[in-house]
Amino acid sequence: MTRTEVLVVGAGPAGIAAATAAAEKGRSVIVLDDNPSAGGQIWRGATVGVPRRADTQKQRAIERLQRSGAHLLAGHCVFNADASGTLQTFGETASGSVAEEFRFQQLVLATGARERFLPFPGWTLPGVFGAGGLQALVKGGYSVAGKRVVVAGTGPLLLAVAAHLAEDGALVSSVLEQASLAQLAPFAALLWEHPAKLVQAARFRAKLWKTSYRTGCWVVEAIAATGGPRLAAVRVTDGNRTWTEPCDLLACGYHLVPNTELAALLGCKFRGSFVQVDNAQRTSLPNIFCAGEPTGIAGLDAAVVQGEIAGLACAGRSDASMQECAAAERVFASRMEKAFALRPELHSLPRPDMIVCRCEDVRYDSLRGHTGWTDAKLQTRCGMGPCQGRICGPAIEHLLGWRPVSVRQPLFPVPLDALCSHDETRKIDKLSELIEEKA
Amino acid sequence: MRETLSLTINGASRQVARGTTVAAAMLLAEQPCRISVTGEPRTALCGMGICFECRAVVNGVPHRRTCQLLCEQDMAVETNP
Repeated sequence: MTRTEVLVVGAGPAGIAAATAAAEKGRSVIVLDDNPSAGGQIWRGATVGVPRRADTQKQRAIERLQRSGAHLLAGHCVFNADASGTLQTFGETASGSVAEEFRFQQLVLATGARERFLPFPGWTLPGVFGAGGLQALVKGGYSVAGKRVVVAGTGPLLLAVAAHLAEDGALVSSVLEQASLAQLAPFAALLWEHPAKLVQAARFRAKLWKTSYRTGCWVVEAIAATGGPRLAAVRVTDGNRTWTEPCDLLACGYHLVPNTELAALLGCKFRGSFVQVDNAQRTSLPNIFCAGEPTGIAGLDAAVVQGEIAGLACAGRSDASMQECAAAERVFASRMEKAFALRPELHSLPRPDMIVCRCEDVRYDSLRGHTGWTDAKLQTRCGMGPCQGRICGPAIEHLLGWRPVSVRQPLFPVPLDALCSHDETRKIDKLSELIEEKA
Repeated sequence: MRETLSLTINGASRQVARGTTVAAAMLLAEQPCRISVTGEPRTALCGMGICFECRAVVNGVPHRRTCQLLCEQDMAVETNP
């Protein structure tokens, strides 16, 4: 069991900023992350070869984190926590799984976001990936050189992914954004007020001079090659016309949904789908803070500002200028939400015989007649597999309007050997706790 | 010069660059990570440890999330049945 004053979950931009700020103000800080290295998703680095260009913002942030005295523990997957101040993780090593327990005074949730996937016929075929998913796999050593790729879905991520894949030698034939041009225009106009973001968008577009960027278009079906379960083409529509685009890979994601399972387990209050926080990023629980995407999908700059505010708050400090930045980023976030709102036609993507829950292979038609999650889980096993509804949950919320009902520990499937690996001190600790409870 | 390491994927020997994730290595080898409950071949979807589609058997241990795991010398990886 390890004690720390401040425990940060997630070593993406928000978590790094929070940990750095708290540690620089003299607090003892541990940052946990599930991934093999720090950076989160947006700052995910290539693990193969030499990076083409240094991401200076990321590098500076990580160097500052290291200097701050905060300890980073990668490969730690949080599966349980209690607002009274304990949190449990497991990690997988070559020799097996190990569980660990942490005690904290203050907790910062910087758990980030994941892609939203909407099911469509053929979405389980090999060759179909998330948009950020394919980018992450390429950073992990998968080669897309010479492959024909269609990038589709919605959100600012599509352009970034397409640019990255093109740089890696992929032949990105088209980027299909489901939002209409009219819907996107106010967001594009707002970029003029955020010059850094505008420059970034222009840089991405410049790398895609061979690619068509189509708004108001979406993939309705992924078609398998004759003779094998392997992607050969996608059917695309603009609502009036439907056509076929041959491709080897499809990178398709519908913007982001927040990772809020840990906040829900702890009992933090929500505002819609997001964790409710005050100006100091404090949740409804006084010793628990939340920063970045779980408080509202707002991107990198907002995550960094909110992380720093949360970290300072853990050390009993605040900074007025950062509040102004945070407010500006909130405007950006609400504009982004409107720009990439999902069009109603996407409700009719699934066919009755199509799998919606990939873990348990539950068909869409088997959900008919069920009114919500509890019923559907009991009768069909939908959302009961290893991902625990993280993929089908947001999809079914979009399709049928079902909100998640309950979050229980373990938050991730934990190998039994991890639970058996507890060291003796922990056992004694637990025992004495039990004795205290009984007394 | 990039350093390579060798591992086996479904019994066949493969060379990959150091730093390659097991999920990426399985894609390069065109092998599915797992077979779904109705028998479909599946490969990684989200690439960030959320979807569990990239589960495979690594050194005899089933259900390892291969997108979160880097290849090691002499690793034995198999499709999760």
